[in-house]
Amino acid sequence: MSNLSTASLLTKKDFESNQDVRWCPGCGDYAVLAQIQKLMPQLGIPRENFAFISGIGCSSRFPYYMETYGMHSIHGRAPAVASGLKLARPELSVWVVTGDGDALAIGGNHFIHAMRRNVDLKVILLNNRIYGLTKGQYSPTSELGKKTKTTPHGSIDRPFSPVAVALGAGATFVARTVDSDQAHMAQVLKRAAEHKGTAFVEIFQNCIVFNDGAYDAITDKSVRDEARLLLEHGKPLVFGKNKDKGIRLRGLEPEVVAAGEGAGDLVIHDESAEHSGLAFFLSQFDAPKFPVPLGVFRAVRQPTYEEMNIQLHADAEARKGRGTLAGLFNSGDTWTIE
Amino acid sequence: MSASAAKAEAGSRRDAAPRPVEELDSVVIRFVGDSGDGMQLTGNEFSKAVAKAGHDFATHPDYPSEIRAPTGTLFGVSGYQIQFASRQVFTSGDAPDVLVAMNPAALKTNLSDVKHGGIVIANSGAFSDNNLAKAGYKSNPLDDGSLGDFRVYKIDISELTAHALKESGLSKKEIGRCKNYYALGLMLSLYSRPLEKEEEDVRRKFAKKPEIAEANVLALRAGYAYADATEMFLTSYRVRTADIRSGNYRSLTGNHAAALGFVAASELSGVPLFLGSYPITPATDILHELSALKHYNVTTFQAEDEIAGICSAIGAAYGGVLGMTTTSGPGMALKTEALGLAVMLELPLVIVNVQRGGPSTGLPTKIEQSDLLQAVYGRNGECPIPVIAANSPADCFDCAIEAFRLAVKYMTPVILLSDGGIGNAAEPWRIPDPASLPKLEVRFRTDPEGFQAYARDANLARAWVRPGTPGMEHRVGGLEKDFLTGNISHDPVNHERMVEVRAAKVEGIAKDLPPLKVEGPEQGDLLIVGWGSTYGSITQAREKAAGQGRAVAHVHLRHLNPLPRELGEIMQRYKTVLVPEMNLGQLSRLLRERFLREVAPMHKVQGKPFKVSEIYDRILELC
Repeated sequence: MSNLSTASLLTKKDFESNQDVRWCPGCGDYAVLAQIQKLMPQLGIPRENFAFISGIGCSSRFPYYMETYGMHSIHGRAPAVASGLKLARPELSVWVVTGDGDALAIGGNHFIHAMRRNVDLKVILLNNRIYGLTKGQYSPTSELGKKTKTTPHGSIDRPFSPVAVALGAGATFVARTVDSDQAHMAQVLKRAAEHKGTAFVEIFQNCIVFNDGAYDAITDKSVRDEARLLLEHGKPLVFGKNKDKGIRLRGLEPEVVAAGEGAGDLVIHDESAEHSGLAFFLSQFDAPKFPVPLGVFRAVRQPTYEEMNIQLHADAEARKGRGTLAGLFNSGDTWTIE
Repeated sequence: MSASAAKAEAGSRRDAAPRPVEELDSVVIRFVGDSGDGMQLTGNEFSKAVAKAGHDFATHPDYPSEIRAPTGTLFGVSGYQIQFASRQVFTSGDAPDVLVAMNPAALKTNLSDVKHGGIVIANSGAFSDNNLAKAGYKSNPLDDGSLGDFRVYKIDISELTAHALKESGLSKKEIGRCKNYYALGLMLSLYSRPLEKEEEDVRRKFAKKPEIAEANVLALRAGYAYADATEMFLTSYRVRTADIRSGNYRSLTGNHAAALGFVAASELSGVPLFLGSYPITPATDILHELSALKHYNVTTFQAEDEIAGICSAIGAAYGGVLGMTTTSGPGMALKTEALGLAVMLELPLVIVNVQRGGPSTGLPTKIEQSDLLQAVYGRNGECPIPVIAANSPADCFDCAIEAFRLAVKYMTPVILLSDGGIGNAAEPWRIPDPASLPKLEVRFRTDPEGFQAYARDANLARAWVRPGTPGMEHRVGGLEKDFLTGNISHDPVNHERMVEVRAAKVEGIAKDLPPLKVEGPEQGDLLIVGWGSTYGSITQAREKAAGQGRAVAHVHLRHLNPLPRELGEIMQRYKTVLVPEMNLGQLSRLLRERFLREVAPMHKVQGKPFKVSEIYDRILELC
């Protein structure tokens, strides 16, 4: 371990722990780890001020590989642990690394409340649409009809979109990226790191053993441009190899149109809209009818939970003065026995 | 309790005609009415009035789990019992000398507890046909002679309150809410307590609603004057003041006392306090109290559920503050997995379980001590956690500090058991001088030289390191760890060593406990071993039996895991060991297992505390 505490001197290497990384060879998690280790030195934060908190699952081994403070907690509870840590130590940069089972099944309750409260946490969800660590059962994001060990006849369990859940819970920053697009991932993670408030990033992540190829349609370079929609703030929603297709609204119904003809009618992306309607509508896009959006769905600045908590304390102290034990003990109705 | 024979003429009462004043050693009063009748408030106010007059007191609130059950129903009856005396009081009393019943349902559900020949004050205005029918009375007990064993006073409190407040301009509903103050006025007069201080209290309490304050003062005065002026009460009573240690006092419930203790732990250590909690009866008041203390170094976090309550506290503890969570039985069950995590992480954490009747939802507002084995054993794996228990409302203050002392010294979660009886009951608390409180030393390691996350000190505790400390970045987690580095280890021998060291660390706390205090003879026929809220009943029963010449002693345990080492030797000095508990014998099991000593269990699982007489009778059977 080095004694480096000056943020400006740090490199990616400083964030690599001495532990052997134990994900399956070819796992998408490696790419995410590398990007985050690369991002850390760019943030101007001393290494000792980072904490990575996880739950249980393949992705939750993440903290062990980061040369930062960290905790590998219990299944689904990382957002709760991280919230307590951040409230106790607002000066820390607190990250949660989770998966589709950890965040959305067993930890669904903590997940939505973390999104709702706007504690300044960075929540990175590695979504491989399968349970890897328990060896191949379907998850809350597995598609209908999917055959897994617990759905040998095809899943009848309807999936939901993590982005839609986060938006529905009121998250102030919501984005999506994919493990195989390093440049895009780097850009999205940096935006998340710079956001003040809960920042949620869904990363499509390939499980090479139990769900290989789940995202081929949007990662394969030969077809991906037709299947994905790269969100850019202030720009019209266009996609396709030649940017020749766009999204238009007919009432509340979206439709894919040729970009040339109805260019004026195309929806303009606005990630800063106070109303999260547009972001939610984008979160519903799915193949094959619509391209899958990648990028920042929503980014709005609202007071964080811990900012408001600090303010409450400051106000109380201004009003009553710093409390003392003698004052506390003697408050209320007292009497004296001679 | 027992009335002394001494009677004196009262010449000095205000303008009232001279009325005999009977002197008593102690009195037990129970106020009962609908859950919305304000009986808890009346009882509270009465207890403060007698305390200020120099009495010791103990209370027992007993209320339904419905917030405001349909009026007049048997299941909606809420009660508040207080014993005050000229000597030290340990319980709220076995049987009321006086029952103040605001309606027929209240009378019906409580009459059988009242002492033979006791006083029943009934709000006759509420004994309507409709209310009588709801309570299942075929005829009005106030008129049909069925209360022949009691001294019954029929007072139309509803009507008299309405009359007194007819000029107040308040609505009928608002006037109805003032009748508890009328009842309080009656009782203050009957027990020769001055009115002025109470009037001040009412005005202070309702400072934001002056018209309600004045109405309550009027109702209070009207009740007082009524008792004074009518010849209804042939006698009034006076309880001699108790010989109480001098000092400043206040009335505290156990939950309130615990809250003060936790803030004290924070101030004494200079480390901020963090409470992550989810509301649950009867523990929520600790969260309420701490939430109001934003001008202290206290952060409260109302989590989305019980699990998040403890997990946020674990996160805070990892961050280097005093993390804690509060709950009751069912919530404790939900926190179980996280408790295991805290054991693996070896971080200080305090978990308060204000026990209630179980299993499952059980009896949320009633008293039980049935979570002891859950506290000691209820987790997967070999998962030792120190357990301590408070024995009275005021003791919750000391136990809160003790819980954090153990937690930070041994880097471990600590479970503090209280119960609904202690948590909601009030007693006088002698306000300590903060300077007299023990110092709570917390050390954070900041030296990276030779740092190993799981290296241990002489107490087998690892170092507490705050994130943000340069050069000491490390990871902790629920997977088994290497004995020294804390890195993941599946090594078989390492695992056994870690299991053993975690057990030895907690067991080692036994050498750090103060000597046990034995009340009564050093050896003899009978030793009573108790824990928690049975303290009062056992103490009084033992004193009574000792007064009868019985060789009976009492040890009350604060530390339940590990058990004090000398307890085994102490038990050997008595022929029989009696263990009264509000469960089916959980401490009995622990004692047998730990000390290989047969004991005589005694249980009561009725959602009610032991009566002194129940334990007393058992003592007489055994020695």
